Amino acid sequence: MTDQQHDVEGNEFLIFRIGEEEYGIDILKVQEIRGYDGVTRIANAPEFIKGVTNLRGVIVPILDLRIKFAVGEAQYNQQTVVIVLNIGHRVVGVVVDGVSDVLTLSPEQIKDSPDFGTALSSEFIMGLGSIEDRMLILMDIEKMMSSTEMALVDEVAA
Amino acid sequence: MSMDITEFYQTFFEEAEELLNEMEHLLLDIDIDEPDSEQLNAIFRAAHSIKGGAGTFGFTVLQETTHIFENLLDRARHHELTLDREIIDIFLETKDMLTDQLNAYRNQEEPDPEAFERICNTLKRIAEERVEGGAPKVAAPKPTAQPEAGAASANGADRVLTLTLTKIEEDEKDTLTEELALFGAIKHSEFSEGTLTVSIETQEPIDDIEAVLCFVLDAGQISIKETSGTEVGEPAQPAPAPAPVAEQPSSSAAQPAAKKPEDDKKATAKPAAPKKPAKAGNGSDASLRVSTEKVDQIINLVGELVITQSMLEQTTQGLDPVAYGQLLNGMTQLQRNARDLQEAVMSVRMMPMDYVFNRFPRLVRDLAGKLGKEIELVTVGKSTELDKGLIERIIDPLTHLVRNCLDHGIELPDKREAAGKHRVGKLTLSAQHQGGNILIEVSDDGAGLNREKILSKAQSSGIQISDTMSDEDVWQLIFAPGFSTADEITDVSGRGVGMDVVKRNIQQMGGHVDILSQAGKGSTTRIVLPLTLAILDGMSVKVGDEVFILPLGAIMESIQVKTDEINKVAGQDQVIYVRGEYLPLVELHKVFNVPSAQTDVTQGIVMIVQSEGRHCALLVDQLIGQHQVVVKNLETNYRKVPGISAATIMGDGSVALILDVPALQRISRDRRGESSRSSATVH
Repeated sequence: MTDQQHDVEGNEFLIFRIGEEEYGIDILKVQEIRGYDGVTRIANAPEFIKGVTNLRGVIVPILDLRIKFAVGEAQYNQQTVVIVLNIGHRVVGVVVDGVSDVLTLSPEQIKDSPDFGTALSSEFIMGLGSIEDRMLILMDIEKMMSSTEMALVDEVAA
Repeated sequence: MSMDITEFYQTFFEEAEELLNEMEHLLLDIDIDEPDSEQLNAIFRAAHSIKGGAGTFGFTVLQETTHIFENLLDRARHHELTLDREIIDIFLETKDMLTDQLNAYRNQEEPDPEAFERICNTLKRIAEERVEGGAPKVAAPKPTAQPEAGAASANGADRVLTLTLTKIEEDEKDTLTEELALFGAIKHSEFSEGTLTVSIETQEPIDDIEAVLCFVLDAGQISIKETSGTEVGEPAQPAPAPAPVAEQPSSSAAQPAAKKPEDDKKATAKPAAPKKPAKAGNGSDASLRVSTEKVDQIINLVGELVITQSMLEQTTQGLDPVAYGQLLNGMTQLQRNARDLQEAVMSVRMMPMDYVFNRFPRLVRDLAGKLGKEIELVTVGKSTELDKGLIERIIDPLTHLVRNCLDHGIELPDKREAAGKHRVGKLTLSAQHQGGNILIEVSDDGAGLNREKILSKAQSSGIQISDTMSDEDVWQLIFAPGFSTADEITDVSGRGVGMDVVKRNIQQMGGHVDILSQAGKGSTTRIVLPLTLAILDGMSVKVGDEVFILPLGAIMESIQVKTDEINKVAGQDQVIYVRGEYLPLVELHKVFNVPSAQTDVTQGIVMIVQSEGRHCALLVDQLIGQHQVVVKNLETNYRKVPGISAATIMGDGSVALILDVPALQRISRDRRGESSRSSATVH
């Protein structure tokens, strides 16, 4: 765990909401934040993969973390936010309920996470951040997106 | 600040590589019995230029090898060395060695010294054994006019050259002088107003010095004069002639008679000589080296431009032509320009098939020699153009097919004669455009495929066969993994790891392979490939609320079927009866789970599509229109989707998926297979 704490030292996190929960991801992985529109469905993909969209000429898959984590209601309107992530050489968009702020967390503010249930495996959680009375779930979004569970990469490649 | 010579390394490597390739082609082209002196001159020039460059950059091994090689070539072009197959073989080997050395230098390694020594010895041996006494040649009237390059270097006498180099920067002068000092002792050097004048005592031929300077300066900047009557102390100039080492004076008496006709020929060939350099000069000016990455970036951007343009077009479509006449005119113009631009940019990526074909003469020659066969290679349609991405990927499959033809297809000369054929087997490589596709054929006039052998081999490897299979189906068997009919495994082919890879590679490129074969007459492997992978002519179709693109090349026709033309098989699968043929029906809404799509076959539209020689029917709701679409890879950010080959961006900015027709056929076949198995267990 000390390794991971060292990793996140002084890191900035983008904080977003899914339902009532607040999550944080490494801001360096975030390419941009945009609205949700024009998604083309992909047949026979898992339900949380909404499809692909055109991001200035690049075909980008969009997945809905609300469905993946089974929290909140997956509604799509003007306020729906897509965080476009740059992970490795891939660009992926994730739908969340809202983006709140960008916070810098020091290692002392990050606590180990207990084991969770099935929706979000603890291997994808870097720790729990606490600021005042808020609890932030800090995700290792890169690890999560490249896992076979997310079905974003071909099994052979993964 | 001084000139950094390493900057020129890359240029030298590229130029030298081109020269070596050119050399190989020329060597392969040479008619041994009547060598064309223009060709010999060209080979000599290539070796000479490489030597010059190698000298400048201090690649001594390369320089020495080319030097020996060049001397031999010089003899050859002066008809002092009679060419035969063995010598050409050795020359080719030398060329390979030079390529190796060049690559070693490119990777900043020293070339293999053993190989260097071996090739040098071989070349020297030829020089000693084969070169005919040059005496009569040397006595010919010419040599006084101009010392020949090879001759002069063999001659030990130094002479003084005055070099005048114009338009030289102040800071270049020292480096240049240092470079020149490598050629010999500098007697005098003077620099004023951008002109550097150097007197140098050297035995290097003028050509060499010029060639070296040409790597750094333009030809127009250089002028070299020979200063005669200098302190060298010998009236040496007319004398460089006696040099060409006459190791075998005994043979000289026998030679002149034999040489006569060649001398005549040389004389007639001479006037043509000046043409070649001029052409080469034009060529280097007219082309530009650009990295593929940059070209691809431009292609992408142009693709974006076309999309934006069609987006604008859709927006302006509803406008009143009277009120917005100018805008609409502008839009039409923009559309035309955008299309032209796209075509022009795409053509940058196109390369002639020659790029692929020109590596085969060597391969065929080497293999034929190894296998003891006599083979003539004919290439047709060298200038047919194909996308660079595809052209690079077609090399391996084609190489494999050519090897197969040589090894299995074409028989040994005696066997051919016994069969009443010409001893020399003919291997034809051809390429031609056919609609939006390119058709590449590899054919031989060999024995053809052996139906019985393939069938028995298939049976023994556990492939299901029947005696009533059509020839085409039998030939397709050789594409099965691990299939080989060769009686013994050779190092050429026969391991059975080939044809399936060939087929898979070609399918990955969006093409397909067919085999035509006739026993005793030969066989032809036909590859059909799309011209480019970047743009696709497609038909957009609607299924439910979703739009898919169907490649136009796959579409045969679209029809509306009547109830009595639909038949059920095994209670659920449907086949459609079209013009005497039963076609399996693939319902796209089922494959892609599209809700609210038309499920009644008679209400929708049935597209008859073909791929890999099979036909099938696709059910869609309606046709929208025909577009040229820019193909975007889905796998860049996502994964492969079954039944989908790629994605594209439509005029309104939305993404549409491009259907993968062969995959759809496979999916439907698999489904049928599953359902027939499950129905079998029920009964």
